[in-house]
This record gives sequence, structure tokens and C-alpha cells, in this order.
Amino acid sequence: MRDVQPVQDAVINNGVGTMNDRPIVRGLGLRKTFAERVAVDGIDLDIPRGRCFGLLGPNGAGKTTTLRMLLGLTPFDAGTLTVFDLPMPERAREVRARVGIVPQADTLDPDFSVAENLRVYASYFGLSRRQVEPRIDGLLDFANLGERRDARIDTLSGGMKRRLTIARALVNDPELVVLDEPTTGLDPQARHVIWSRLSELRDASKTLVLTTHYMEEAERLCDELIVVDHGRILDRGSPRALIKRHVEPEVIEVRGGADAVIAWPEIQAARTERMGSSLYCYTREPAPLLNRLQAATGIVFLHRPAGLEDVFLRLTGRELRD
Amino acid sequence: MANFDWTLPRARRGALAVWRRNVLVWRRLLGPAILMNFGEPLIYLLGFGLGLGVFVGQVADLPYLAFLASGIVASSAMTTATFEGMYSVFTRMVPQRTYEAILATPLEIDDILAGEMLWCATKGLMSGVAILLVGAGLGVVGGMSALWAIPVVFLIGLTFGGMAMIMTALADNYDFFSYYFVLLVTPMMMLCGVFFPIDGLPGWLQDVVQILPLTHAVALVRPLVVGAPVDAAGLHLSVLIGYASTSYYLAVVLVRRRLVV
Repeated sequence: MRDVQPVQDAVINNGVGTMNDRPIVRGLGLRKTFAERVAVDGIDLDIPRGRCFGLLGPNGAGKTTTLRMLLGLTPFDAGTLTVFDLPMPERAREVRARVGIVPQADTLDPDFSVAENLRVYASYFGLSRRQVEPRIDGLLDFANLGERRDARIDTLSGGMKRRLTIARALVNDPELVVLDEPTTGLDPQARHVIWSRLSELRDASKTLVLTTHYMEEAERLCDELIVVDHGRILDRGSPRALIKRHVEPEVIEVRGGADAVIAWPEIQAARTERMGSSLYCYTREPAPLLNRLQAATGIVFLHRPAGLEDVFLRLTGRELRD
Repeated sequence: MANFDWTLPRARRGALAVWRRNVLVWRRLLGPAILMNFGEPLIYLLGFGLGLGVFVGQVADLPYLAFLASGIVASSAMTTATFEGMYSVFTRMVPQRTYEAILATPLEIDDILAGEMLWCATKGLMSGVAILLVGAGLGVVGGMSALWAIPVVFLIGLTFGGMAMIMTALADNYDFFSYYFVLLVTPMMMLCGVFFPIDGLPGWLQDVVQILPLTHAVALVRPLVVGAPVDAAGLHLSVLIGYASTSYYLAVVLVRRRLVV
């Protein structure tokens, strides 16, 4: 499962400059153990510059721990890691000066207004007022918060806070932006605004690294991703390549009444997975099954193209994670 | 011990950004802050100094008001820095996640805690100087030597801010701080020579209070404020500096274990 095939994807996604662009992050055999739990169990990373790289995995898979290692915030037990060709964690200060970080939790400073949050945060980078002030309007526009520049943080909605957090992460004009579940807990409207902003950043040739467990997010944003579970990389590639590699192109979901259809030869011909009383049929030739389903009465079904979620469930299993 | 990073702390200029952040927040709460700094000690001094002073008369060759005021300059720097180092630092570290945000920048825990400790000392300095001014108004300050008390008060703030941050690094919640107040701050307040001279204590207790930092803080500040010669200044300064630097080191090690995991 660990046959990495980045070569073909690299050519597709980034035809120029692959020869002289060294990867922005290189990790080899990274391991981290907490008390008795292995959080990261031998992860290799090779994150190319100027693209959006995703870490996809269920809760507790080791995504956040891996991100924290990149930032020098979690010391690792084994392995080697460089960011911008600087060894970590020894050069963490220099690395973080060139990185923007959007943490999972809200860490905005409630003692300050929207604009002050950007200003004070910039001061932690040692940026002078003169350097920062001209940038603030642009950042507030980017976050759609120009009107709210003097608002207190506790008056902002969840989506506004997340947008401000992203703007804050850009205050030092970073080369690399690291986002830990950037849209978790947001409503669909707010999520779409964040996605369009992140696409803009990618188009501005920033390197993005994000963790997510939303397949739609990964499919929309990521040029390349790794699927992680139990601290290991299960596979790596572009969303399209992963779908092609792991699942049949079409899915027919039979919802409820799986028992009634399970013996049909058309069902037997497909690869099936059962979830409660629903049946997922993965196939390259959906027509015969669809014909039979349409002829039958009282069976609810859905026909759709296979997506990253199918890959994800195939690789990480269907049991519940808490 | 496993999981502890005992590397010597190295605070850099970034510490000042943390200090400045706190100044900015404090600036908008100026009204209540000034009331706390001036109002409370004024009431204490007038109440105890004038009221109790009538019965007490001279203490250690000083009018009681002068004895008390010079002691409270030191003890109020202690309590102010202690409160800041515990409740405010805990608020920024835990519920407010301010340090998590700062750690995403080039700053490290070494810088954050250095900035916090400077801020604790700054607040201690403000309350100490407020009492000094009130005392001067009441005529208990013995001359220009009192200006030397100002840097000493700052050092006292560093000492107790640092000690408080050790407790903060260990605390799960605000209630934990009650132990520190009851077991250490209040006894120091009572025994270290703020309200009465320590030579009135039983012999064994006099030995015990010699290891407490407030004893040395009072021993430095009182003569400076009232214009008397300072005995063993080097010893007292060394004790305060020792407590300040050791507690900074320990607080950094403990907070590293808590946040850099």
C-alpha cells in the first residue's frame, strides 16, 4: 500500500521547475510516542513547493502531531526532518518566521480588536509598525473584515474568526502556510468562502499544507495528499490518482433492503460493502444493475461517481473513530 | 527525568513583544488599575498606620506608619506580581490560548515567560511606587535614597512573578492557587517583617523566615525608604536574584513540558 507514485503526479500538476525546486519539507522515518500511544509511526514526507498538500485521515490518525513536528512544536522520537532545507527542530525559530500557521482551535487574542490582533501578532515576528501598517488593509480585505476592523473578537462569527486567523497567518508574508482542519465546525457558506481564499493563496504560489477529514475539501484544494491512519501513511497521490488506484469508477448505493437484493447476480458481479442495511456496490459496468434496480419496486438507490470518500473508507475502514 | 527539557533558557528580544502586548491590554484598564494601586494602600496605611500606630508608637526606632509603609512597598510588589504571575498568566496560557498563538511565531517559551516575568515586575513596580508616593505624601519617606528602592521593587516583582509562574505551570485550574496563597504568600506577609520586626519571633521561626524571599525584600526596601543604612545588601540581593533566576528556569522547564509535547 505504500508504493509511492509521486513522479507522474508531479509532472501533471507542476510542469515547470520541478528540476530545481527542492521540496519545501523533507521528513524521513518520523516517529512520536505519547505515554503508551504511538501517534506517528514512521512517516516520510516530501512536500513540493508551490502546491497544496493534504494530510487526510480520521480523528487520532496523527495529522496534528505531524504538523506540529513541522513547526518544531512537538519533538519527535526518531527520524529526520528539514523545512526550507533547515534541520528541525534545531532551526525552528527561523522556520516559523517563514511559515504561517492556522491552528485548529481559536487562538485569537480576545483582549484586542480585529486590526489589533494582526498588529500585535506581527510584533511577535519582530515586524515594525511601518512594515505592518500598509499590509493590514489588504489582509482585512482578504478576510472580508474591512468593515469590522475595530470589532471585538467575541462579536465575530465562527467563519469571521477563521478568516481572521488565516489573515493573521499571512502577516509575515509566509512561504508556507500550514492549516489544521481549516473549516471544521463552519457552516457551508463560511466553508466555501474559506476554500476560495485558500485557492487564491495557492494561485499566488504559496505552499499550503492542510489537514482535513472533509473529502470535498481535499478533492477541491489538494494537488496531492497522503492518507494517514494510526500514524502511518496508507497511500499518496493526487485525489484523482488515488480514486483511480483504489476504487471502481462508479458506485451504486442501495439504501435499506440490502437483504432483498444481495443474491442478485448483478449485485454479485460488483464489489460490495455492507453498512447496516445499506449496500455499496462498486463497479465498472453499472448498466445491468441499474436496469434491474429501476425495474424493481420499493428499492431506494443512488448512482454516483466514486470519490475520495470511497478511497478513504476503503483504506481506513468503516468502524467509528472517537 | 524523561519528558523534561532542561536546556538553559535563552530569552531574546521577542520577550519585549510579549511585555508590550500586556502593556497594551493594561492601558485600556487604566482607571481600575490606578484605583487599585493607590486606593487600597492608602486605606491600609491610614487605617493601620494612623489608627494602630497610636497604640504601637515606635517600632524598630521608626514611627509605626513609616515602618508599615516601607514594609508594604515590598509586600504589595509581591502580591501584585504574584497575582499577575498566577491568574493572568494562567488565563493567557490555558483558557485564552494566547501562548499557543505566540508559539506559532518565532518566539519560544523562553521568550514568553521572560516577557511575562518582566510584566509581573512592571506591575509590581507600579504598585510599589504608588505606595512610595502615598508614603511620601504622609511624610514617611526619608530622602532621595528612596529612589534606590525603585529598582529593588522591580527585582522583587521578578522574584515573585517567577515563583508564581512555577505554580501556574503546575496548575490545572484557578483553585490550585489557593494552596500557594495560604501556604506561602500569607505566611510571608505575616512573618517576614512587614507588620512587625522579625526579631520578635521565636528563634527557630527567625531561622525559617531567613529562607523566605520576602524577608530579604523588606530588609532592603525598608532602610532605603526611610533613609537608614542597608545591612548586608549583597546577601539580600543575592537571595532575590537567586529566587528570580531559579524560578524562571524551573517555570520554563515546566511550561515546556506542558506546551511543547
